[in-house]
Amino acid sequence: MSNAENRLNDFDPNDSKGQEVKKFIQEHKNIKGGLIPVLHKIQDVYGYLPKETLNTVSDSMNIPLTEIYGVASFYSYFSLTPKGKHVIRVCLGTACYVKNSQAIIDEIGRELGITVGQTTSDGKFTLEATRCLGACGLSPVMMIDDKVFGRLVKDDVPKILSEFN
Amino acid sequence: MYRSQVLICGGTGCTSSGSMDIKKALEDELKKRGIDKEVEVIRTGCFGLCALGPVVIIYPEGAFYSRVKVEDIPELVEEHLIKGRILKRLVYHESIEQDRVKSLDEVGFYKKQMRVALKNCGVIDPENIDEYLAFDGYKALEKVLTTMKPEEVISQIKKSGLRGRGGGGFPTGLKWELTAKPVADQKYVVCNADEGDPGAFMDRSILEGDPNCVLEAMEIAGYAIGATKGFIYIRAEYPIAVKRLSIAINQAKEYGLLGKNILGTGFEFDIEIRLGAGAFVCGEETALMNSIEGKRGMPRPKPPFPANSGLWGKPTLINNVETYANITKIILNGADWFANIGTEKSKGTKVFALGGKITNTGLVEIPMGTTLREIIYDIGGGIPNNKKFKAVQTGGPSGGCIPAELIDIPIDYDSLISIGSMMGSGGMIVLDEDNCMVDVARFYLDFIKDESCGKCTPCRVGTKRMLEILEKITRGQGTMDDLDKLETLAKEIKASSLCGLGQTAPNPVLSTLKYFRDEYIAHIVDKKCPAGVCKALLQYKIDDEKCRKCGLCARSCPVSAIEGKVKEKFTVNQDKCIKCGTCMTKCPFKAIDKK
Ligand SMILES: Cc1cc2nc3c(=O)[nH]c(=O)nc-3n(C[C@H](O)[C@H](O)[C@H](O)COP(=O)(O)O)c2cc1C
Ligand code: FES
Repeated sequence: MSNAENRLNDFDPNDSKGQEVKKFIQEHKNIKGGLIPVLHKIQDVYGYLPKETLNTVSDSMNIPLTEIYGVASFYSYFSLTPKGKHVIRVCLGTACYVKNSQAIIDEIGRELGITVGQTTSDGKFTLEATRCLGACGLSPVMMIDDKVFGRLVKDDVPKILSEFN
Repeated sequence: MYRSQVLICGGTGCTSSGSMDIKKALEDELKKRGIDKEVEVIRTGCFGLCALGPVVIIYPEGAFYSRVKVEDIPELVEEHLIKGRILKRLVYHESIEQDRVKSLDEVGFYKKQMRVALKNCGVIDPENIDEYLAFDGYKALEKVLTTMKPEEVISQIKKSGLRGRGGGGFPTGLKWELTAKPVADQKYVVCNADEGDPGAFMDRSILEGDPNCVLEAMEIAGYAIGATKGFIYIRAEYPIAVKRLSIAINQAKEYGLLGKNILGTGFEFDIEIRLGAGAFVCGEETALMNSIEGKRGMPRPKPPFPANSGLWGKPTLINNVETYANITKIILNGADWFANIGTEKSKGTKVFALGGKITNTGLVEIPMGTTLREIIYDIGGGIPNNKKFKAVQTGGPSGGCIPAELIDIPIDYDSLISIGSMMGSGGMIVLDEDNCMVDVARFYLDFIKDESCGKCTPCRVGTKRMLEILEKITRGQGTMDDLDKLETLAKEIKASSLCGLGQTAPNPVLSTLKYFRDEYIAHIVDKKCPAGVCKALLQYKIDDEKCRKCGLCARSCPVSAIEGKVKEKFTVNQDKCIKCGTCMTKCPFKAIDKK
């Protein structure tokens, strides 16, 4: 068995997440440009890119770890650190910005005591600013996990957040 | 046969305002009333009028219901589908005239539109290839594969005058010809669905509403240039579009319309989806190709152009989603038909995403040459809340602002460039008197600074310097010299950046300096922000005459910056005030002003 195959066996057979990632790597290690799809999968499964998993990717796909970090850090969609249980993404795209979505961010920040990019100390919420969620017709818009909230006004914030408490 | 059909918008806008819950409630209600065999419920792509979502249209009457809620469903079923009466309470008010339901073409929002790229959006179920087939789907591919030579396809596209809809406006037929020329063992067809301009959602809506028309066009392109493999590079932020594309690819394969031996002609073509990962620069074609190859999405120097050396060094054709969405119509209706729409140098139609301070936010498709005034007032319904129209931003971070004085300009590639903006991919953000133009310029530079990939110095460092100057101005610390500095920097960055991102990055600053210089000067000389946006230059003040001393402002201030006593006097402590504006929105007597 090659070293690459060996590393894939690091995934605990009883860990379903790990097995899902392992299967995906096996399917993609020989396709051209397979690294980014693999990183997407890992981010999907774990919510971020854990270091040990990237080590395994490096060995099994034969890509230097430096190159993987280069790619992972280039794209804002990938995160190298874990996030809170709920991720709040407030749109700062143009259509939302001109309708004062900054005030929504400020309000959430005040309500949770964090600023953009931070996670609350209880690990419940991460606050992020994003550029255009494609729901510009409803601006200003934010997304909490997969749920979109549109036509926001500042006063909506406490009620929406309480839905996730 | 069904006696009625209910179309429910399943675009991103309406989905996020709950249209799928409405669909479920409707299906349940129809079952409960025992008419689920008589009424068909279809989830479609975007109808365009996102501002009024969730939107439901019921045929054969063509009644357009807006802002529908789950609670409305029993009444809607009872009235419209059982008793056959239009539920006036919910019908979009503009679509009804003395009890008569107007057809959609008569409604202001749709009257001046012309749907070519969006032809099937909001009409068919995007997750069912049979519906696409029923609307002439894959007929263009069949025509091309069975009756046309590759050169004939290219000459038709050239003759149509179609130009790229991704921003650059390069003639599409010529690009196909250039990519057809080189001899290679492998060529690629790429669809650019990265749609990076924040505030734009045309490509997303096409992919969500009619994914098959893009697949079909990519196959036609493959046949024309001699490629057998295609990639669609799409933003990861577009999960619904990704899902519908995957469904369409699978269904097309099942039907023998994609894969090996397509339509029994021996032609082979395969399409793979690749997800972007949140980098604006990846919309630039060479950066996009690096990203598909699994690398950091940095642009490559041109030449060589993708037509000669693109993906993995092979000849590659790259077009935008909307460009592809026009192809099947050109093949079926003829190049002359297409060339008859639009202006002399800009043929066909263009889809725009109308956003910002406009009544009918949403998606519109107009013939080239339509004036900005028609878009904003006739189609867009004007500016809400009686505010004054100030400017329109087109072309996103690479474009510029068109001031109100130029509202009669026809929208086409060349007119827009002549006034310092550009067509861009189709984002159109309307600004009113409450938007500060210096702040808008700052917003775009901030975006560019974040998104610059860092490969070349003028863009990486230059845009940061420009941003710093703009921030200084919005803080009220700018000098008149700064305006010259901005202009010099802009010129240098444009001239010396590696890719289109840097080469166009200064445009929002240059165009606002050109048309709104007085606003810059107000920030610098008078230390005032005329629109009342730049916080450092604002003071909230209570007008004693209007104030009724109720104390509501003081109680709602989050930082207790308003001091005073009920029935006596209230003042804003400027040292504590964080300028959030809460007091102003809370005051029932409009006694608080910002200056
Ligand atoms: C910074 C930058 C961002 C771009 N973003 C996009 C984009 O999001 N979508 C797109 O179709 N084209 C985008 N383009 C244009 C592409 O480089 C390319 O010209 C286009 O995909 C060609 O297709 P077309 O000829 O059909 O327009 C961008 C260009 C630059 C310089
Ligand atoms: S700008 Fe906010 S959703 Fe598009």
